[in-house]
Amino acid sequence: MTSPVTDAQAAPTRAGVRVRLDGLRRRYGAVTALDGVDLTIEPGELVALLGPSGCGKTTTLRLLAGLEDADEGRITVGGRDITRLPASKRDMGMVFQAYSLFPHMTVRENVAFGLRLRRAPRAGRDRRALEMLELVGLTQQADRYAHQISGGQQQRVALARALAIQPTVLLLDEPLSALDAKVRAQLRDQIRRIQLEVGITTLFVTHDQEEALAIADRVGVMKEGRIEQLGPPTEVYSRPATPFVAEFVGLTNRLAGEVRGGQVTVRGMTLPLVDQAVPDGPAIALVRPEAVTLASGVAGAGGALAGSVIGVTFLGATSRVSVDLGDTTVLAQLPTSEVGSLPPGGHVTLAIRPDPVLVAQDSQAVPEA
Amino acid sequence: MASVAPLAAIAAQSGTAPDTRRGMRGAKRYRLNAFRYLIFCVFGLFFLVPLLAMARFSVEGTRPGQFSLSAWTQIPSYPGLLSAIEITLELALLTCAVILLLVVPTLIWIQLRVRWISRAVEFLCLLPLTIPAIVLVVGLAPIYNYIRHYNLSALQLFWVYGILALPYSSRALAAGLGAVDLKTLSEAARSLGASWLTVIWRIVVPNMWQALLNAMLLTTALVLGEFTVAVTLLYTNLQTALYYISRDTNNAGVLFSTSTGALVFAFMLLMILSYVGRRRRRRRG
Repeated sequence: MTSPVTDAQAAPTRAGVRVRLDGLRRRYGAVTALDGVDLTIEPGELVALLGPSGCGKTTTLRLLAGLEDADEGRITVGGRDITRLPASKRDMGMVFQAYSLFPHMTVRENVAFGLRLRRAPRAGRDRRALEMLELVGLTQQADRYAHQISGGQQQRVALARALAIQPTVLLLDEPLSALDAKVRAQLRDQIRRIQLEVGITTLFVTHDQEEALAIADRVGVMKEGRIEQLGPPTEVYSRPATPFVAEFVGLTNRLAGEVRGGQVTVRGMTLPLVDQAVPDGPAIALVRPEAVTLASGVAGAGGALAGSVIGVTFLGATSRVSVDLGDTTVLAQLPTSEVGSLPPGGHVTLAIRPDPVLVAQDSQAVPEA
Repeated sequence: MASVAPLAAIAAQSGTAPDTRRGMRGAKRYRLNAFRYLIFCVFGLFFLVPLLAMARFSVEGTRPGQFSLSAWTQIPSYPGLLSAIEITLELALLTCAVILLLVVPTLIWIQLRVRWISRAVEFLCLLPLTIPAIVLVVGLAPIYNYIRHYNLSALQLFWVYGILALPYSSRALAAGLGAVDLKTLSEAARSLGASWLTVIWRIVVPNMWQALLNAMLLTTALVLGEFTVAVTLLYTNLQTALYYISRDTNNAGVLFSTSTGALVFAFMLLMILSYVGRRRRRRRG
């Protein structure tokens, strides 16, 4: 897509700084958007905030950017308290969800705008703008206006513009959500590559779990103004801290079971629990589709684990199979090469890999993203 | 599955299909253009014929068939006329400045910070349309009587003209602001280090040039043609001066030359404003 970036180009921004958010609260009338958010982003780290609409992820980013004021709490960047500092003095680069290039300026002028405000000499800012455009692979478009380039290119220019001022922190507010799937994946990888090369501390906000898991060093899953879990993508996915995280990140089967002695029995199968302290009694086990395996025909175990295939969704290398167990439907994610023998209507027997699972009460539902 | 031939291949097979379609489209465009020119000519005549009649009357000599420019050359000799023109132009400039300085930041502030009052402000801006000028004058008379003690010139009318121009200019400006994503652009500029003043001057204003010119055009047109308020508050502007000339002179030629001059002047001014706007648009592609 773009030419590799040289070291000289990759070092234009300062080394990353530590960002700390302590007890951030923000209310809009009766609605509490942020309810005491604590977050530390290490120097050069990329943290993605993930969550459904209205969970407070964008509010967190806007408070950090200075575009809104916190009701309570403290924001420090590189040890400096910037809680009451206006946005124009925070020295942060931001890429927005909506296309934000200034329509009356060329691509080059857009990228140089921040430097112009800092009274950088014309030659210097032109050179820097071209360097930044080279970084995002858009030097050919330098003299075009925003309406003359594509949406993906506009977001890349916005990224170049944000990086041109050598910001202390890079803020990305769902920058890919307006793009089509292919451009989105390309730009996502490009953002990550540039972020690693530049070494800038970055906060990335998204409602797309795949995006967050693919790009971030750590993912923070938010719900109702609080961070439910913060950790590396693999941990958030494979060891979710709460039922909400388990259900929001990735697909989850909800299977009725019985907890007894730190284990849960689901349809005759016993599975270990993530949280051993769950009290005995009926519960809903949250099982990932990839933990479910299928075998053609009804095996000896049969009974509660026997069902029929409702449908197969082709996802590329893997396929998702819906199985009707009579009283519930279970999803299984299998390599596509294995689903050829599972025609719709065919009888199958389920098995569940004995990975530790979370359990939830019926009321712990996940809102739509 | 049956294969679907590409459109180009079908066109190549059918030979004349694209040409026919192009021909039909061309004929339609031709008819549309002809209609446009017809409308333009009809309206052009509608406005131009009275103007030409006035111009002809203003150069009519004392005898039929004779032409003279004496009515035009006498214009400067009428006491107060040139100063009325001057004051009207100054009033137009001042009113435009007041409108731009007051309304633009206010509308930006409303759109960015207090959107919930936008309806109320829109209602307030439209109020002058519903209040007859004479009623407005009755309300403003005590204030202007007070001002008069300080011997201030007719330039004081800019306050009331600002109010009268508010419904038109605010609509034009609101339309211009509505056409850009003001929130995102201003936040992007602020995150890059721009102060609010810089945001307005370097980001918002360049993106609403057309709306600003439209607002100035409407305000200028209103000020150039305003008569009721000025005459009732006993100030002299271009329109009142023309009225006094028509009342005091028995030379109708002068009346028509001044009226034609004023109209042509206003027309030229509006054309210039409109031309500036078009040139900026074209330059940006």
